Amino acid sequence: MFNPVQPQPCEILGVKKESAHEWTFRVAADAKPAHGQFMQLSIPKVGEAPISVSAQGEGWLEFTIRSVGKVTNVIFEKQAGDILFLRGPYGRGWPVERFKGRHLVVITGGTGLAPVRSLLNMAAADPAFAKDVHLVCGFKNEEGIVFHGELEGWRQRFRTIYALDHDVKEGWRTGLVTSFVKEIPWDSFDGEYAVAVVGPPPMMKFTGLELLANGVDAARIWMSFERKMSCAVGKCGHCRIDEVYVCLDGPVFPYTVARDLVD
Amino acid sequence: MGYSLTPAQADGVLGALRRRYCVYAPRRFPNQGRYSGVDVVRYAPVERFADIVWRQKSDYPVKEVISPIQQALFYFTEDEYRASKAPVRPILILARPCDIAAQEIQAKIYAGNGGFDDVYYQRVRELVKFAVMECGGGDDTCFCVSMGSNRTDNYSLALRCSDSGMLVQVADGEFEPYFQGLPQAEYTPRFVEENELKVTPPDLDDREVRLALKRHPMWKEFDSRCISCGACTAACSTCTCFTTRDVAYGDNPEVGERRRVTASCQIAGFDQMAGQRELRATAGDRMRYKVLHKFHDYKARFGDHHMCVGCGRCTHRCPELISISATVNKVHAAVEDIKAGMGKA
Repeated sequence: MFNPVQPQPCEILGVKKESAHEWTFRVAADAKPAHGQFMQLSIPKVGEAPISVSAQGEGWLEFTIRSVGKVTNVIFEKQAGDILFLRGPYGRGWPVERFKGRHLVVITGGTGLAPVRSLLNMAAADPAFAKDVHLVCGFKNEEGIVFHGELEGWRQRFRTIYALDHDVKEGWRTGLVTSFVKEIPWDSFDGEYAVAVVGPPPMMKFTGLELLANGVDAARIWMSFERKMSCAVGKCGHCRIDEVYVCLDGPVFPYTVARDLVD
Repeated sequence: MGYSLTPAQADGVLGALRRRYCVYAPRRFPNQGRYSGVDVVRYAPVERFADIVWRQKSDYPVKEVISPIQQALFYFTEDEYRASKAPVRPILILARPCDIAAQEIQAKIYAGNGGFDDVYYQRVRELVKFAVMECGGGDDTCFCVSMGSNRTDNYSLALRCSDSGMLVQVADGEFEPYFQGLPQAEYTPRFVEENELKVTPPDLDDREVRLALKRHPMWKEFDSRCISCGACTAACSTCTCFTTRDVAYGDNPEVGERRRVTASCQIAGFDQMAGQRELRATAGDRMRYKVLHKFHDYKARFGDHHMCVGCGRCTHRCPELISISATVNKVHAAVEDIKAGMGKA
C-alpha cells in the first residue's frame, strides 16, 4: 500500500543566508512541483513542517525557511552534505494558465515572496508568459528582506514597488503594501489581468479589501494560504477551514473562496 | 440465520471467535473513571459474555480500536524512516448502530479525502467486521434519530443482549460455522425509532446566513463556559484530528519514532503556526469551529450526512455541562433569527 506520509532522504546541496532569520536550502530532489505547491520537510526526532518550494531546477528544489519553530530551528543547524527528509509536493499551486498572456500583478508580504518566487523567475525568464508583471513586495524592515539579488534583477524585467513598512531605504518606498494598490494601472489592463497575493493573514485580508476598493474583479485574484499541518494529505485536520483543507484544496485559493473562509 | 444463546453458549462462541478474531466490545474498567469510585466503559478485548457492557453506552467510542489515541507511524534511525508494522489478526467489533455510522464518517476523511488513503487507518479498517449491538434507546443525551445514524446494515452479526443471553442474526456467512449446532431462533435486529431528545440541524446553505452565524454573539457565551479541555473531542465518535510527534528513545537518542497522537481543535494551539498568533484564540471561536464542522462543513464537503452521529458522548464528558444538542438547537434558533432579519425566512 502506498504510504503518502513516507519521508524520503535528500541531500542538502547548499545553504544561502537571505537574511538573519531566513535561509534558502537547496536540496537534491527529483520532484517537479507546480509553482506555489509545498512539501513536508522533516527531521527525525524533531518533526515535520510544510514549506513552500521557492525555486526549482533539474534535480534540485529550494526552500526558503524562517527559523521560528522547532523544526526550522534544527534545519538551520544543517549544512551542505547533510540530509533532510522530504515528501510531496502537495496542494494546488498558482493557476498558471489563468496568468498566461495577462497583466500579472503580484503582491507579497515578507517571506510570502517565497511561494511566488519560482513563478516570478519563470515570468522573468520568459517575457512572453505575461503581458507584463507588476510586483509589489513589502517587508517589515531591512533585516527582513529576502532574495536581494533577484529583487534587483526583477527591477529590470517587471514594474516593481518595493517597500518597508515603516523604515526608509534608498530606492525603496515606505508604507504597507495596501497603500500601493492604487498605483497599479488597473484601468490600462482592459480587464486582462490576474492578481496573486501572498503574505501573513492580516496582510492578505486587507490587500483583498483594498483590491476590491480599487475595482479589481474578485474572480481575478488568487491568494496563497499558510496553516498549521501535520499530515498535508487531508487527514490530521489542522489546516481545515470550513469545508476546505488548505493542504488539499490550497494553498492557493481563488479569492472568491478565500474571502469567505473563517478560521 | 438466527440463534438464541444462553450466557454459557455465548461464552463458547466468543471463545471460538477469539481464536481467529480480536473481539472488541464495550468493557467496564472499575474505578478507572474520572472521579473517585467511578467506572469507565470503553472498547477493549472481551473474553466472556459477562465482559460485554450492553446496558449502557460506552464512555468512549469505537474509534479507539481503529485509530488509537497514539500509535507509531515510523521508526527512525539517522538516515531511515521505517513504517510501523501492520496488525494481521482480523478484528470483530461489537458496536451500536451510531458507532458503526461513525466509522463510515471517519472513513470519508481517512480514506480518500483529497485522493490520499491513510495507510495506518486503512490497514486496520480492512481487518474489521462489525457485530451490531441492538440499542435499547440510549440515554438522555442521545439523538441518533435526528442525525439518521439510528440504523445500519453494515454488520456481519446482529446481537440483542439480555440477562438471559443473546439473540444473534448471522448476516455474513463467514460467521456461520461458529454457531453450528446451537439453538436456532427467529431474530432480526430492531433499531431505535425515536429518542427523547430531538435536534434540528440548522439550514446553512445560504452563504450570507452562514457568514452572519459565524459573527453571531452566541459563540461568545462559550468564552466563559468552555474551558477548552478537549474532553468532547476525545469522546467524539467521529473526530479524527491528530498531531504527529517525534520521540527519541532515552537510551539511544539517535533512534526513535514518529507518533500520531489524537489532537483536539478545542485545545489552545491547535491552529497555531510557529512564530504566529493563534487564529482561533478564544473558546467561543473553537466551539464555533467544532460545531459547524459537525453540522455543516463536513456535509458540505462529503455530502450524504452530517458528521455528528448524535451519540451524545461529548455532552456526557463535558465537565462544564455544555450540551451539544442544546447548542445545536440554539444555533438553529440563531439561524432562523438571522434569516428573518435578512428577509430570507
